Amino acid sequence: MMRMILTLLAVLGLLAAPVAAQDGPLRIEITEGVIEPMPVAVPDFVVGDGAAREYASRIARVVADDLSGTGLFREIPREAFISPITSFSSPVQFADWKAINAQALVSGAVEIGQDGRLVVKFRLYDVFAGQELGEGLRFASAPEGWRRMAHKVADAVYTRITGEGPYFDSRVAFVAETGPKNARRKRLAVMDYDGANVRYLTGGDDIVLAPRFSPDGEKILFTSYSSGFPRIYLMDVASLDLRALEEQPGSMSFAPRFGPDGRTVVYSMTRGGTTDIYTLDIDSGTTRRLTRSPSIDTAPSFSPDGTRIVFESDRSGSQQLYIMSLDGGSPERISFGQGRYGTPVWSPRGDLIAFTKQSKGRFHIGVMRLDGSEERLLTASFLDEGPTWSPNGRVIMFTRESQGADGQASLYSVDITGRNLKRMRTETGASDPSWSPLLR
Amino acid sequence: MRYTSRAILLVAAVALGACTNANRFDDKDAVVLGGAGAGAGDASNPASPAYFQQAVGDRVLFTVDQSRLSEEAKAVLDGQARWLQDNPEYAAIIEGHADEQGTREYNLALGARRANAVHEYLVSRGVAGSRLEVVSYGKERPIEICSDESCYAKNRRAVTVISAGLSG
Repeated sequence: MMRMILTLLAVLGLLAAPVAAQDGPLRIEITEGVIEPMPVAVPDFVVGDGAAREYASRIARVVADDLSGTGLFREIPREAFISPITSFSSPVQFADWKAINAQALVSGAVEIGQDGRLVVKFRLYDVFAGQELGEGLRFASAPEGWRRMAHKVADAVYTRITGEGPYFDSRVAFVAETGPKNARRKRLAVMDYDGANVRYLTGGDDIVLAPRFSPDGEKILFTSYSSGFPRIYLMDVASLDLRALEEQPGSMSFAPRFGPDGRTVVYSMTRGGTTDIYTLDIDSGTTRRLTRSPSIDTAPSFSPDGTRIVFESDRSGSQQLYIMSLDGGSPERISFGQGRYGTPVWSPRGDLIAFTKQSKGRFHIGVMRLDGSEERLLTASFLDEGPTWSPNGRVIMFTRESQGADGQASLYSVDITGRNLKRMRTETGASDPSWSPLLR
Repeated sequence: MRYTSRAILLVAAVALGACTNANRFDDKDAVVLGGAGAGAGDASNPASPAYFQQAVGDRVLFTVDQSRLSEEAKAVLDGQARWLQDNPEYAAIIEGHADEQGTREYNLALGARRANAVHEYLVSRGVAGSRLEVVSYGKERPIEICSDESCYAKNRRAVTVISAGLSG
């Protein structure tokens, strides 16, 4: 696998606090109010040697797209630039950038090193303060990894200005959909978080559902009908090695998700008419039954510390959300609003549950606190479902299916403030996204 | 081996499903398509799967979010049970389905409830449980594709798909 060298990584952690505390203009506080996007200039990176030329503008393009894609930044068009940046080390002509109202300036350089690796350096400037924000960073990898390095640059800029954790250097596993509704072909696929570098993992002969990334981002769990019955499988994303995890005759298993230890899987299994929640230890194959009710208990998701599970159950008569401890004890209901609640997913920060809500014939993606308070609906449509969290817990991606005989599934993302609803570009229909952790 | 035979059965199930779909749209075409359905046999032969599908009735429908069998459904299933007892060389897979209103996982579990309701009823009418398997497709395989109740009503179904005996 590609190995990234990240110099001065520690600086990121140190910078986050002072930046968050400062009162200057270069600070985006993500609140629920309307935000005027911060104007940012990302000129083409300076070419250190000719071999790196092709990457200079491509990397700047990806950095600018990452930043403006958040809705928190607005890219200043190249045509407005007064002076180009021709040297990475020369002093910046702040007046030229102030004149076009650039508040942040990202300047970078690319070169191919002696070892054939692509080296990317960048500096972030606070134009109105006339100073550098944080220290410059330098990344190196094989040239094929240029998009990842661009995402890392953008992550550093985003982190320094917002105080939030990074998330651009990540991937999304999903189900690629083609064909009409009554004969749909579904294939597992992975792509970069921004839709680039799509790779298909299965051929489409069997129905596949709901891939879920492992905590290290190298494996996925999913449900497949390859045996004729829904069962859960583990796949290595790089090698495509496949392993069936649960093959009890007469049962159906689905909705698997990793625990934070990367070896415990929580899932649901149906026997007869009842669906209960189980855990499975991948290494030993040991299973443990967690719920015993005649109801439908499904869609389980671990807390980030691995001690609790949130899931949906219709034990009360309709779909609602419950939290239970792995140690046992009776599940506690947390959703009490009007309507039905399903597909709960614990946020990576641990403080929120994202869910699908059905109410008055509409579907919503929403978030609530662990005790069910502060419920906020972020979307509304004919059919929204299946939220997944960005690695920093700021953005939720989900499936939206359009209405009617020609209905198509697409992936959308929305900020947890409810702003910046966007459709992801995918070359086919797409459903069931699973956002990976930040790549290493 | 077991999986291979299941895969073949599933292909047959899909083929039968396709025929059924066409039947629902146009009775004239049904004769042609029904005849073309490989392995389904001649619908005029009471011992054929085609007869089961078209004359006995291979499916029962459910109301929204329910798996309770209506009296009408029970009448169909009584016929299915008699046919299965008369034709012991066949086995069946009961497929449970849901309409598109609902989340994916819940609908899988709901389809399983519906298939299980049919399974239990057929067993109560004397069909050996060993001849029956259940599978849920949730909302993955609608037969009608519009987004209103006229289609949803037909998609909330459990279909009994006849197959060659698993032990055979």
